[in-house]
Amino acid sequence: MTQSTSVEHGSGHESQGFWRTYLFSQDHKTIGIQYAITSLLFLLFGFTLMMIMRWQLAYPGQPIPLIGKFLGEANAPDGIMLPEFYNQLGAMHGTIMIFLGVVPLGVGAFGNFVMPLQIGAPDMAFPKLNMMSYWVYFAGGVTMLGSFLLPGGAANSGWTSYPPLSDIATIGQTAWLIGMFFLITSSLLGSINFIVTIVQLRAPGMTFMRLPFFVWAQLVTSFLLLLAFPPLEAAACLQLMDRLAGTSFFLPSGLVVSGQVVQASGGGSPLLWQHLFWFLAHPEVYVLILPAMGIVAEIIANNTRKPLWSYRSLVYSTLFLGFMSFIVWAHHMYITGMGTTLGTFFQVTTMIISIPSVVILAVLIVSLWGGSIRFTTPMMFACAFLPMFGIGGLTGLPLGLAPTDIPLHDTYYVIGHFHYIVAPGSIFALFAGVYYWFPKATGRRMNDTLGKIHFWGSLICINTIFMPMFIQGLAGVSRRLYDGGAQYAHAQGVLSLNLVMSVAAWSLAIFQIPFIINFFVSIRKGKKVGDNPWDATTLEWATSSPPPHGNFIRPVEVYRGPHEYSVPGAARDFLPQNDPA
Amino acid sequence: MNIPYTSEVRPDTGVYNAKLGIWLFLASEVMLFGGLFSAYIFLRTGAATWPHGWEILNIPLATTNTVVLISSSVTMVMAWASLAGGNFARFRRFLGTTVALGVAFLAIKGMEYGMKFEHGLFPATNTFLAIYFTLTGLHGLHVIGGMIVNVYLLGPGSKMWRKDPQRFTNRVEVAGLYWHFVDLVWIFLFPVLYLL
Ligand code: HEM
Ligand SMILES: [Cu+2]
Repeated sequence: MTQSTSVEHGSGHESQGFWRTYLFSQDHKTIGIQYAITSLLFLLFGFTLMMIMRWQLAYPGQPIPLIGKFLGEANAPDGIMLPEFYNQLGAMHGTIMIFLGVVPLGVGAFGNFVMPLQIGAPDMAFPKLNMMSYWVYFAGGVTMLGSFLLPGGAANSGWTSYPPLSDIATIGQTAWLIGMFFLITSSLLGSINFIVTIVQLRAPGMTFMRLPFFVWAQLVTSFLLLLAFPPLEAAACLQLMDRLAGTSFFLPSGLVVSGQVVQASGGGSPLLWQHLFWFLAHPEVYVLILPAMGIVAEIIANNTRKPLWSYRSLVYSTLFLGFMSFIVWAHHMYITGMGTTLGTFFQVTTMIISIPSVVILAVLIVSLWGGSIRFTTPMMFACAFLPMFGIGGLTGLPLGLAPTDIPLHDTYYVIGHFHYIVAPGSIFALFAGVYYWFPKATGRRMNDTLGKIHFWGSLICINTIFMPMFIQGLAGVSRRLYDGGAQYAHAQGVLSLNLVMSVAAWSLAIFQIPFIINFFVSIRKGKKVGDNPWDATTLEWATSSPPPHGNFIRPVEVYRGPHEYSVPGAARDFLPQNDPA
Repeated sequence: MNIPYTSEVRPDTGVYNAKLGIWLFLASEVMLFGGLFSAYIFLRTGAATWPHGWEILNIPLATTNTVVLISSSVTMVMAWASLAGGNFARFRRFLGTTVALGVAFLAIKGMEYGMKFEHGLFPATNTFLAIYFTLTGLHGLHVIGGMIVNVYLLGPGSKMWRKDPQRFTNRVEVAGLYWHFVDLVWIFLFPVLYLL
């Protein structure tokens, strides 16, 4: 068997030199950590952009304190933000948070680090591609960040880049498209690697129905990335042609800009972009949430000390969800005047896709029932995920039905909806994952007290930011307004909430400081732990912390399902998957 | 480190890693070209007027190109079959022919582009030409990509044949699958752009 060779390498410390070990490593664990650090930095950067915007929303037209003078005369003369700059910040906030923050953290970092360990593999199936996928992602990030320095600044047509606006926007939009090519390539390489690894490199005995749910979540996520991103790539090609070769894929005939008819052949359709974009972007929202659900499921099983309630429902719901996510995209487009037949189709599919979402949430909640719960820091974040995701999902239902969506579309209500899912949902789950797997990656535990300060502070602040958005949205306040609605009569009654939300956003930043300190101090000073500090069952805990190159000293074999906690008659309250007992 | 199933087949799945990998990659390519074909349908059904391909494009040249590309697929299969039969010299001849046919395809395509440009027909001229240049251009890039892989397998990459013949044969098979896909895309492009 080839596995015998991984034994030799497993224990040996091949000295590969600094470059190969840390920078151009092909070890999935190192690459996972590279992804983790890069994407956490991008999350912080994207959050900073938003904090600057929140000043403008709370105090429209007033000079930004402290950093205002560093933003540049072209962006904020005398520290007062220009509308053009506000648009850049908004577009790049969304782009960075989604494509450079949450997805790389959930898939690139956790998927890379944890998944091969959990299936008992020595590494990814294609280690070189894995390394390339990270560096291509990095190049995409540099392109996106660098675009702020171009004349006219970064892309400013929203993260959705709707034409015709994006077709005629400043050169930053071209950089955005090129950056997206990099990110799409990176996720393509990554998703192929993930699927092949899961299918091919499972340890003996690791049947599909014994995969930890986290692995299932990564598998379905990879399929979504694999199949949904290419149509966006196609759309990006077309938009690039429009911008560089003067074609009119997305430009209708007779378009008038600033009182002048645009010189182009015309005959294109802005709606074409919307279709291609949302064909990606709806599956993309499940790319944002599925890895998070995977993390939460593992942590709940581990901290309730009992199996998940109905693992099979979780798996089948996830598969169904993955499939359905390809046929709901136009629920983002009810306002475009699609016919009622088409509208009905997408309303029905949207209601159907809510069912597996609810099943997954229900399984996770019911799994808590009757457990003797250990309230560790990762468990606190995982538990908070449940109601937060619940709010996000429930507020999605009225958006899925055209009669209620049409007044709500493009208001702050939509912003509230998806942020509940992505921020106190996905990002909380990702924090839970950081606290949970940190001991595996470093051999040390993060501090619990700092963790709890981080948790409670973040929970309170994040709800104070996003709950008022529903109120503003129901009052009809549009998203993407430079002054937060100050000019609009119908917004006056809810305008004071802007300050509340801004203060909560800045406070949220303060509550990230304990996390940052905890993270860096614990790498060197955290309490040392053994191989399996959480008494967990899955295979990543069956090797040392951190695991050696090649992952397992001895070949692993799997004898049981993933979450065998509190098995009657067993000596301890957990039975690891590789325990033949 | 040794990754299992890089050259041998995993018994319960019936494939080696790279073969599954290339099939997944091709699935994503189907979605890429699928997206573009959908765009074509969307634009055409919404257009007030749409020229017939044959009024503008050169069918004899495109027919020749179709023959060239299909032949290159045949030689690609022969290259792989030669390797599987252990005949390295024959493999080199067939793969070399495949690359040469790829060059011929691109040369003819280049000629076609040149003729269009001479007549003042550019991507910006109208939506039909826009989608024509985008689709054939992207396809051309795929041809170039496949040729780079084939040249590598013909040159420096072929050293692997002596060390690990099975793995090298697998590589040629995988490259072949990709090449057939590129061929297949053209077989869709030809009628859609030139004949309809
Ligand atoms: C559970 C059932 C869900 C339903 C029924 C639902 C429905 C919708 C609908 C109809 C919209 C479009 C609203 C509009 O623009 O007028 C929307 C927007 C959005 N949803 Fe959901 N959603 C659900 C879950 C999710 C999940 C799980 C995520 C992601 C993690 C998500 C992320 C988003 C995002 C990012 C947008 C806004 C995109 C934009 O316009 O910028 N949703 N949702
Ligand atoms: Cu959606």
